[in-house]
Amino acid sequence: MQLNQFLIMQHEVLLTIVLIIIMISELNFSTKNKSKVIGFSTFLFGIVTVIGFLPSQTGVLFGGMYKNTDLTILMKNILNLGVFIVFLQSAEWLRKPINQDKISEFYLLVVASLIGMNFMISSGNFLMLMIGLELATIPVAALAAFEQFNNKSAEAGIKLILLSAFATGISVFGVSIIYGINGTLYFTELSSGSLATLGMIFFFSGLAFKISIVPFHLWTADVYEGAPVNVTSFLSVISKGAAVFILMIVLLTVFKTNQGEWVWIIYATAVLTMTIGNLFAIRQQNLKRFLAFSSIAQAGFIFMGVIGGDQAGMTAVVYFVLIYAFSNLAAFGVIASISNASGKELISDFNGLYKTNPKLSLVMMIALFSLAGIPPVAGFFGKFFLFTSAASGGYYGLVLIGAINVTISLYYYLLVVKAMFINKSESPIQTFKSDGMMRVGLVICVIGIIMVGFASQIYEYIYSLSLVI
Amino acid sequence: MDYSYTIWIPLLPLITFVLIGLLGGKVKPIVSGITGVLSLTVSACLSIFTAYRYFLVDGAVDGVFQKIIASNHTWLRFTDTLYIDMGVLLDPISVMMLVVITFISLMVHVYSLGYMKGETGFSRFYSVLSLFSFSMLGLVLASNIFQMYMFWELVGVSSYLLIGYYYTKPSAVAASKKAFIVTRFADLGFLVGILILSFQTGTFDFSIITSAEGLATLGNVTSSFIGLSAITWATLLIFIGGAGKSAMFPLHVWLPDAMEGPTPVSALIHAATMVVAGVYLVARLFPVFSLVVPGSLTVVAWVGGFSSLFAAIIACTQIDIKRVLAYSTMSQIGYMMLALGVSGYLIEDSLGFTASMFHLFTHAFFKALLFLGAGAIIHAVHSNVMTEMGGLRKSLPITHITFLVACLAIAGIPPFSGFFSKDEILVAAFEANKILFAIEWLVAGLTAFYMFRLYFSVFWGKNRNYEHEPHEAPLSMTLPLIILAAGAFGAGFIPFSHFVTSTGETFTSHIHWNIAIPSIAVALIGIFVAAWLYKSENDRASSLAASLGILYKSAYNKFYIDEIYLFMTRQVIFKYISEPIAWFDRHIVDGTVNLVGSFVNFVSERIKGFQSGQVQQYAFYFMAGVITLTIVFVYFYSN
Repeated sequence: MQLNQFLIMQHEVLLTIVLIIIMISELNFSTKNKSKVIGFSTFLFGIVTVIGFLPSQTGVLFGGMYKNTDLTILMKNILNLGVFIVFLQSAEWLRKPINQDKISEFYLLVVASLIGMNFMISSGNFLMLMIGLELATIPVAALAAFEQFNNKSAEAGIKLILLSAFATGISVFGVSIIYGINGTLYFTELSSGSLATLGMIFFFSGLAFKISIVPFHLWTADVYEGAPVNVTSFLSVISKGAAVFILMIVLLTVFKTNQGEWVWIIYATAVLTMTIGNLFAIRQQNLKRFLAFSSIAQAGFIFMGVIGGDQAGMTAVVYFVLIYAFSNLAAFGVIASISNASGKELISDFNGLYKTNPKLSLVMMIALFSLAGIPPVAGFFGKFFLFTSAASGGYYGLVLIGAINVTISLYYYLLVVKAMFINKSESPIQTFKSDGMMRVGLVICVIGIIMVGFASQIYEYIYSLSLVI
Repeated sequence: MDYSYTIWIPLLPLITFVLIGLLGGKVKPIVSGITGVLSLTVSACLSIFTAYRYFLVDGAVDGVFQKIIASNHTWLRFTDTLYIDMGVLLDPISVMMLVVITFISLMVHVYSLGYMKGETGFSRFYSVLSLFSFSMLGLVLASNIFQMYMFWELVGVSSYLLIGYYYTKPSAVAASKKAFIVTRFADLGFLVGILILSFQTGTFDFSIITSAEGLATLGNVTSSFIGLSAITWATLLIFIGGAGKSAMFPLHVWLPDAMEGPTPVSALIHAATMVVAGVYLVARLFPVFSLVVPGSLTVVAWVGGFSSLFAAIIACTQIDIKRVLAYSTMSQIGYMMLALGVSGYLIEDSLGFTASMFHLFTHAFFKALLFLGAGAIIHAVHSNVMTEMGGLRKSLPITHITFLVACLAIAGIPPFSGFFSKDEILVAAFEANKILFAIEWLVAGLTAFYMFRLYFSVFWGKNRNYEHEPHEAPLSMTLPLIILAAGAFGAGFIPFSHFVTSTGETFTSHIHWNIAIPSIAVALIGIFVAAWLYKSENDRASSLAASLGILYKSAYNKFYIDEIYLFMTRQVIFKYISEPIAWFDRHIVDGTVNLVGSFVNFVSERIKGFQSGQVQQYAFYFMAGVITLTIVFVYFYSN
């Protein structure tokens, strides 16, 4: 193995360097100047994100433990982009006096978790996958408890770590069964049979936990509500996206012969997930909880692409995650900036928002339209391809249930829009101006929401990459 | 030859639309106006350059003008066989349309700088005008029928927005709604037609549909519905869409009302460009109409012929100058449809096709000129009504001369442009069907009559008591008039059959004096009658109207078509169809929805206990989920 082969791991290496640089630089900023870490880290990460998009090598390392294809590079880039937007949106929150002492911790934990996800996506071996998964999860638990003196935040952290450990346990049990059948931990095609199905179910459940698939979703609402808004957006977009990517890859490589079984597992959980997610979302008053359930429902929709299980399905999933990242981050960004300015997080607090903060309301509206899948914003095209994927697989029942659920989701997304634009309020949120980085973050999201839908080249590009998994 | 730059011709107005739309409120109105004019100037230059290269530099290859796909990419991919492209198709008719649209649009942009000055919403006007230019260009350049349909709807939307420009005026709002609904209704036919056609051919692509193989596929289609073959249905339905946009009888009712919009809009959308989209559509699918289902083409011819006569009669009685022009537009489009309808596909008998496109081209100039001239008159006297005008030739000299040029052109007096194109249409009609020829010959006379009735009433006769002394319009308005007058005069000298033909091959057409002389004669008679009745103040006109009695009255009331529509909708459709449906909707459908709603609420109330906040319970449900999956998939469902 030669040194330049390390460049195949370009993304992971760069992120590790960033991690180290932030850690060292943290020591060199005086206590007064701590907030400079914010601009510095965001800038540094921005560079890494851009470098990620440059053409890079693909290949296999460490005897197949690690492999990088054009598709995984694209997935990593999507995650990088999402994290970059999260960083832009967190600046304001981190500047608060209460977070003064732990600014760099936020960046360290997020980057560490992202490295874990990158390794997870690129893994060619279950061992690597589990290590990546753990590396991705543990920092997130610490992040959820970031405001450690806030009871809800601390509770979120503890719940996440306990249930994650549980989920990992289940997953590893599944992996051990797979090892028992295959005699290897490498991603080799499994023969079908009852034992294989058993292993698959256990492994699947562990990952489904990360994606918040019903019935493994119960942690989601509590953790999303308790964690700081920016951490929640990281959890709901980046964490979920990474888990969906690797699940799709594993299903299409290791469990290819078991497709006859797993499509029905996906089918059943997809139906449950969309329906339950929607039923709970309708009832929510707190916006973070509301988006938690909405993101559960969205995960159900993503499964409609997974069930396609071919090139078009893979494309639909990656494309949707990209759009979902922009849309959800825009929505969370608006919530974060309002929460920073006024501390309010309830839907009813948004009454009359359009009068006082018209631009923010418009961003929120576009984001919600995209999540609901209203044309012409990108969310429509994302959903459209997911549905196409399920329909071309012949799962018309699922498409029907999906369509009903989209209609239900329309109701609660529009409730928020109605609150902002139509409802009147005695004491609306005062007019305020969020900081520059937040605005840049929101503008990127809005451009993404509008452009990705229209620029068919993006879809075609993902389609061309999805050929080789 | 590389034509990939042509994509910028529609894109520039789109960018302008976005820019003015977003920033229009923040800059001075005039900046929006200038931006619009500049971007259209570039588009127009590019179009003319394209036409120059296409027709003159590259020219015909082996005597045939080629179809060029200048750019194409897949926009929506549903499956490997079903996908929607966005592309640019260049062939003689689309290149010709490019020139017409960008040129007339540029004239209207410049003209509006003066005409719309000081109006509230000046920026909005320019942004929507740009949107319209973009949509119309996208429509003519469309490389596939689905793309065309999308732009078709976009054109409809921009037309809606512009007709309703004075949205504080109830009549403008009503007119915009009417235009939108009537055309949208026709578009339903278009959409169904598209679906049938594409289902049979397996593609949306024009060049595949109209290729020899595509036509052969269509020719072999055997499925039929109520005695007509599927392709006949498809073409007829598509023609309904075209008839709606092009205001053919009986879907013409929206066009006269659309005159509520600002006059430059009428010139651009409701005279020169959008309303000929239907003609363009039939021309675009001409091989399908002509070679596969010639029967549909006969329908096109008769609808065109009837509409032209019908509209010409109504035009003779209207007193609102813009409405006269609106009916005249309908009548002239009838000519174009008729010419297409009587044409054959093969080069020997394709004179009608060329004539139709030729008339579309010349009509764009003189009709835009007439509307802009009418705008200048309205600008001067603040009224639309002919009877309140008179003797304006001294105070509006430039408008007067240019208007006269346009009137002579539309009346078909040589050597003005309308003569040449109308002559070709009449020749084509004469060779195909004598009755249609007779109708068109009569309409030529009526056209001359109603145009000169308008001309004499406005510019001759006595001065009226105007609020203030009428004065000539500013240069920004008169300059487009002069340029268009040059076009209306000279456009006829273009040897059109050397450029635009059905197959792309070229031929040489001559003036057939045996047909031209009677048509000139009937036009002159029309002019003399108009002069006799209207040139000076007299009561001959009113006594003639009185003697015609019921005929005059019904023509004046537009043959009560609007009333028939209202009766049909209010008394029949609303009463016997809509109201029962509304009842069903309110009680049964809403009831079901409410039931579902309360059911959802009930269920979500019941299951909220799952979300207890207890970690141990969460873990329990987790495990229960895993076990359930295991039981189901390992024991019950396993291969």
